[in-house]
Amino acid sequence: MRHLLSAADLSRAEAIEILDTTATMAATQSREIKKLPALRGLTVVNLFFEDSTRTRISFEAAAKRLSADVINFSAKGSSVSKGESLKDTALTLAAMGADAVVIRHQASGAPHRLATSGWVRTPVVNAGDGMHQHPTQALLDAFTMRRHLAGGGEAGPDGIGRDLAGAKVVIVGDVLHSRVARSNVDLLHTLGADVTLVAPPTLLPVGVHTWPCAVSYDLNATIADVRPDAIMMLRVQRERMSSAGGGFFPSPMEYSRRYGLDGTRLAALPEHCVVMHPGPMNRGLEISAKAADSPRSTIVEQVANGVAVRMAVLYLLLAGGTETEGSR
Amino acid sequence: MTSGAPSTTVLSENDISRALTRIAHEILERNKGGADLVLLGIPTRGAPLARRLGERILAAEGRPDAPLEDLVGTLDITMHRDDLRRNPTRALEPTRIPSGGLDEKVVVLVDDVLYSGRTIRAALDAISDLGRPRAVQLAVLVDRGHRELPIRADYIGKNLPTSRSERVSVRLTELDGTDSVVLSS
Amino acid sequence: MTTYLIRAASVLGGERSDLYLADGVIAALGADAADAATTARADGVDVVEIDASTLIALPGLVDLHTHLREPGREDAETVASGTRAAAVGGFTCVHAMANTDPVADTAGVVEQVWRLGEDAGWAQVRPVGAVTVGLRGEQLAELGAMADSAAAVRVFSDDGKCVDDPVLMRRALEYVKAFDGVVAQHAQEPRLTQGALMHEGVVSAELGLTGWPAVAEEAIVARDVLLAEHVGSRVHICHLSTAGSVDIVRWAKARGIDVTAEVTPHHLILTDEAVRGYDPQFKVNPPLRTAADVAAVRAGLADGTIDIVATDHAPHPDEDKDCEFAAAAMGMTGLETALSVVVAAMVDNPEYDFDWADVARTMSTTPAAIGRVAEQGRPLEVGEPANLVLVDPDATWTVDPAALRTASENTPFASDELPARVIATFWRGRATVLDGEPRARTDVRA
Repeated sequence: MRHLLSAADLSRAEAIEILDTTATMAATQSREIKKLPALRGLTVVNLFFEDSTRTRISFEAAAKRLSADVINFSAKGSSVSKGESLKDTALTLAAMGADAVVIRHQASGAPHRLATSGWVRTPVVNAGDGMHQHPTQALLDAFTMRRHLAGGGEAGPDGIGRDLAGAKVVIVGDVLHSRVARSNVDLLHTLGADVTLVAPPTLLPVGVHTWPCAVSYDLNATIADVRPDAIMMLRVQRERMSSAGGGFFPSPMEYSRRYGLDGTRLAALPEHCVVMHPGPMNRGLEISAKAADSPRSTIVEQVANGVAVRMAVLYLLLAGGTETEGSR
Repeated sequence: MTSGAPSTTVLSENDISRALTRIAHEILERNKGGADLVLLGIPTRGAPLARRLGERILAAEGRPDAPLEDLVGTLDITMHRDDLRRNPTRALEPTRIPSGGLDEKVVVLVDDVLYSGRTIRAALDAISDLGRPRAVQLAVLVDRGHRELPIRADYIGKNLPTSRSERVSVRLTELDGTDSVVLSS
Repeated sequence: MTTYLIRAASVLGGERSDLYLADGVIAALGADAADAATTARADGVDVVEIDASTLIALPGLVDLHTHLREPGREDAETVASGTRAAAVGGFTCVHAMANTDPVADTAGVVEQVWRLGEDAGWAQVRPVGAVTVGLRGEQLAELGAMADSAAAVRVFSDDGKCVDDPVLMRRALEYVKAFDGVVAQHAQEPRLTQGALMHEGVVSAELGLTGWPAVAEEAIVARDVLLAEHVGSRVHICHLSTAGSVDIVRWAKARGIDVTAEVTPHHLILTDEAVRGYDPQFKVNPPLRTAADVAAVRAGLADGTIDIVATDHAPHPDEDKDCEFAAAAMGMTGLETALSVVVAAMVDNPEYDFDWADVARTMSTTPAAIGRVAEQGRPLEVGEPANLVLVDPDATWTVDPAALRTASENTPFASDELPARVIATFWRGRATVLDGEPRARTDVRA
């Protein structure tokens, strides 16, 4: 693994290695001294072209707990045709001696360009690009699911070495605009889970039938038929209902009625089913407060696991020498 | 190991067993019993060695049914290595500390081979992140010399004079299906 | 004035013949050619002899869709650099699209572009006039003034933008009948393509790039052929790219509607799979479509549903391509690779019965007819204008973006090996290209 650009690039073995490493990292985070010296002397640049305090802080905490130096570069608004180009920003960072670049960008494929254009030679971690991918989110979701669904016995509470074979995962909401959905479908499929996407037809991309998952327009029927082990609610932006926003649904009320996780649907879920959300939530739209705050909700745990996953990714990308590929 | 290269078995299964039994008694003797002891095996092969030592210590103290997990743990030192970036990325092994913690305990680090001493330096760093033991001691199955740091072992299964070009391979039943220490060039 | 005796060229890929070019026309053919050259030499006329025994002679190629960028974006291309690239690609005439800055929506601008072409001397430049003022789609530009100008505009297009207002399109179709003009429509329903970056389908879904659905083209094509039928006008469809559009045009032609259509070389050979690496060199409008669409446009070109190949040569400077996909400009250069790509996709492709005469028809004769360019696309016969190109059908060459003559390097074919190479181009009897190299007017002994 030279970069982490897309969850689709990960093999089953690589994904499990990251999840297992995450478990080790997570264990260190309950200690009094959380800091590890693994990346001492290295510099990680957080290059954020899009506002995301949560993700940036998560990467920053991960890098710092591995003793790396962190430079935050917030370039919101300075991207695309006005101001400094992605290329010049990248060349500047390379000249400053970055050892890894974590990039968040509103343009799908920007991390891919950064990694393959020759502008920088360091590992590139995709922290979310447009409507394309958000692989560390998928990894932390998978880690959270594995802990709840495959933990126990010889594999310990984190399900070390295990995949998610047979786990039934339902992902609900704005799949069309969601990099979280794309990343999760790819990674969960790789790990052997059965994924069902549920969304109004307007919020599913043309071509979704080729994805390795099932697709439904009916949340009630899916809950009844699939009996999910995990249900993930995606954020829906209110502005998408207006004509200018694309007119994807008639009103928040109607969306919530048909696709929101309310008390009734929460009660209809199997006892062991965990409720997930990548955040930030629209309480009352895609998820009710009752569901978000219920004991089966893993939403806060997901955030904590996010730091451990990002530590694992940075560690695996940076800790080794130059010949990291295939020679572990 | 290169096949066909001249190699000598320097410790047999029995030799290893005897050495561990002796070390277990030495640890008890030096520390006047096993009360405050914690054995931390350094993965990969230090971990089973620590378990074996722990079993012997519990047996010698006449409490073979006491939970081994309260006496023996593992300590992964990968992230504390000073040669981390010189080698391909290593998979992390779990660190497991007995529930009593390390504070005010006597920690005995257990490893298979003592060579440059860099692994033990990393282990001492790792321990200091985990707590403040009263003392730290070191038990190794083989000391092959060539130290690069001022570190020495408290308990040694066998002192084995080697040249730097030689290779010491420790095999343990738990991981390799057989017990032996082989010296090859 | 230098004259040329071309020896044993295969005319349109058929029988071999000598051709003698003098006084801007094909002065003699066959056995007469050598005699005419001998006589001329005796009279002290300079005769350059070219061995064309391995070459094919075609009428000079005519491009109905070229972006020369001047005035306004001389950093991407100028009339001079663009027509020089055209000559190297075998073209003797290009139609310069109107989306310049200022827009070619007045007689003044089209005359300026035409004059720049005449002065540069690489190929005939036929300016395309904008349909609406400023390409804004609000009111008709002074189409008649452009038609009556020295540039004698006959093709009108808002290319880059669609004339999406149906009333305005209807008026334009009607109005240009007065001077035998044609509206060339960039078929793109704007509301269906807001923020669109690539073909909408399996690949866009995976890449998370906003989709440009085929229906956004097809809906406009369907509307416009029906409008053309209703008002009895001819209409031309620019860069047709989808299987559905081919079906609609086929249906319209069967119905007797006066519609013509073009396909670009890149839509004949590239698919949306090329976008997977997010390389902006593959970002183009209309976008690269699916393999099924490629097969359909090839079949359409072979059976005559699609009348012509037009390059949509769209040069852009590096900074507009060396960036993230969403920020990149749309378009790719094509003048120098067009013929080779058509040979690769059609002539050398055993699936289609598409020969060199079809190349001449789709890349010279018919585009000249659509653009009403009387002196181009003529048969290679005595007395006809000496606009022709000599092609080595057996040569192969590797595309080096930096070595191309266009001022920009945004070719999607970088490092690709392509068949067939232009060896010589003659425009108005003068060699603009010899031995594959462009020759400025000053290179030629007067």
